[in-house]
Amino acid sequence: MTVKAREQKSRLDPEPMPRRDFLGLSAIWAMGAALFFSLLGMLRLPKAAVLSSPSKKFRITLPKALAAGEAYVPPGRAVAVFRDDAGVHAISTTCTHLGCIVKPTTEGFECPCHGSLFAADGSVTRGPAPRSLDWLKVQGSGDAWIVDEESRVPPGTREQA
Amino acid sequence: MSAPVIEQRTALRVFRDNLLAAPRRLLDSAFRSGKPHTDRTRSNFVFGNVFLHLHSVRTHRWTLRWATTAGLGIASTAAFLITLVTGVLLMFYYKPYPDAAYDSIKDIHFVVPTGRFIRNIHRWAANVMVVTVILHMARAFYTGAYRKPREFNWLIGMGLFVTTLGLSFTGYLLPWDQLAYWAITIGANIAQSPREVTDALGITEWFDPGGFQRLLLLGSDTVGAEALIRFYLLHVMLLPLVLTALMAVHFWRIRKDGGIVRPADADQRLAKREEAVYPVFTEAPAKTYQLAAIVRGRTTAVGRGPENTVPSMPHLFYAELAVLMLTAAICLALSLVSDAPLKELANPAVPENPAKAPWYFLGLQEMVAFSAFMGGIGIPSIVIIGLGLIPFLDREESGTGEWFGGPGGWPLVKQATAFGLGTAILIEALVIRFGWIREWFPGVSQLVVTLINPGTVLTLIYGLYSVWLVRRYNSTRAGALGLFTVFLCGFLVLTIIGVYFRGPNWEFYWSPSDWPKH
Repeated sequence: MTVKAREQKSRLDPEPMPRRDFLGLSAIWAMGAALFFSLLGMLRLPKAAVLSSPSKKFRITLPKALAAGEAYVPPGRAVAVFRDDAGVHAISTTCTHLGCIVKPTTEGFECPCHGSLFAADGSVTRGPAPRSLDWLKVQGSGDAWIVDEESRVPPGTREQA
Repeated sequence: MSAPVIEQRTALRVFRDNLLAAPRRLLDSAFRSGKPHTDRTRSNFVFGNVFLHLHSVRTHRWTLRWATTAGLGIASTAAFLITLVTGVLLMFYYKPYPDAAYDSIKDIHFVVPTGRFIRNIHRWAANVMVVTVILHMARAFYTGAYRKPREFNWLIGMGLFVTTLGLSFTGYLLPWDQLAYWAITIGANIAQSPREVTDALGITEWFDPGGFQRLLLLGSDTVGAEALIRFYLLHVMLLPLVLTALMAVHFWRIRKDGGIVRPADADQRLAKREEAVYPVFTEAPAKTYQLAAIVRGRTTAVGRGPENTVPSMPHLFYAELAVLMLTAAICLALSLVSDAPLKELANPAVPENPAKAPWYFLGLQEMVAFSAFMGGIGIPSIVIIGLGLIPFLDREESGTGEWFGGPGGWPLVKQATAFGLGTAILIEALVIRFGWIREWFPGVSQLVVTLINPGTVLTLIYGLYSVWLVRRYNSTRAGALGLFTVFLCGFLVLTIIGVYFRGPNWEFYWSPSDWPKH
């Protein structure tokens, strides 16, 4: 670029950016942007797209002698299944506080980790749990039922056998 | 005829002499300056060595007083080195896969030669590191070492503190026993606890940072093989690298920020030293002075004479080695008397009762027993941000370099200790005896419990107390002194209650012998 002698500027004025500086700065910013976006792309890797956990839908066989209000816990599952005159329902036994497994008792459920207590319908009666235990979708008839841990149903929903 | 024979004999003799001199010459080539006998060779000893030259050549005598630092920073570095060595040894046998992890730890414990001892040392050194890092932070705080020009190094130190806790936490899962499994389940769900707020607001479906954090940490929706390999990667690779990089910056900045903090009148307060023992500059170390002459601004030596400094070799290095040996001795002694725990194999269906995290997280666990989000994320974030802001909010200069220096001083710290301990015990006693909002008003909204719980109330009281101190002493340093002290006391009270007075179902018990049998 050319500067005429007449237009000599004060040294306090901002200098016009010469072309070479502009190209150089653009190159550096482009490199920075490329590094930033490739880093973002790389960070996608640790976020798992497919979860390796076992299927959330499983079959159970209810014991014939299951009394009303008594919990049946399928082996290896965090679910309690109940049968009474109104039908069959399943309540998740994963504590809504910090994920411990709650224990069914005669009054409801109790969490061993931080002392939350839940009523028989899963609602919180004491302790730090932020919300009531989830009711899960059940399907089936007789003693053969399928529990789906991924589908929640409104509390109180019972399936007729 | 005779000449070649002489040549041959000479060459052989030279060879023999060279062979004999080889060890000495090897040493000479490694340590080019010769033995550190004079000030000049002592200086060379330091700046001619890539590892030592993080130290300055000469050290101020104030730095070497035991009461200046108590060697806590070096002790935590030593503990880290011990965990590094023992950790690498453990990696020979450890297998980070759920089916194999527990058995490999059992092998290390019962079969591998010295395995149990090495594992004990690793565990104890990790504990010693956490303790010394906390104490070191308290030392830096109480001597005003966070002040200008050391603000940035205070932030680096906080990074080191968080990384140290991260290393401990990730190491906790690796044995894959009941203790590990349930502590990590709770930890991962704390990462998910922003859901407590998003659920209460009903926006989890669109905005779920909690679920994202948990997924990133576990790589799955349960603690399983994915989580174990992630924790292993963090524990043996990622976090040690971060820690090492931060340590390098931390050490370098100590030197660049003018060495260990000392009072402005340190020179007058130090006793006159005996000139005869360590004369200043037997030979002028030309190099450092040339450097100092062209460097502007605040460096260790610019504008100051070498008065009241002694050569770092041997004075500083021998002191550091003594701390290293003491730390190692403590870790070894603890390892001989107490074994690292190993419970039954992890069982995802039956929680350990009580499921306790490592002791330094039990203060947090006590708070998550009030509210998962506030105790696990909200209050820790407030504490971390508060600690980071301290050097930028307290810009006073009086009392720098002195224990409990500044307005208020030691009497204020004593008062704050009493207040901090008293308030925390009072609130805990209230909760243990009478319960909290949910017991008084069943059906109260979760948001109310999240916002008003013993943890937030305690934090608020501590904050107000500190504001009151700022007004009473008309000094930001007084407020900072009080705030740091009360939070330290709160941490202490919650941790002790979590460690000794919580039993099954996180109920309060005076002693573990009162726990119900099951």
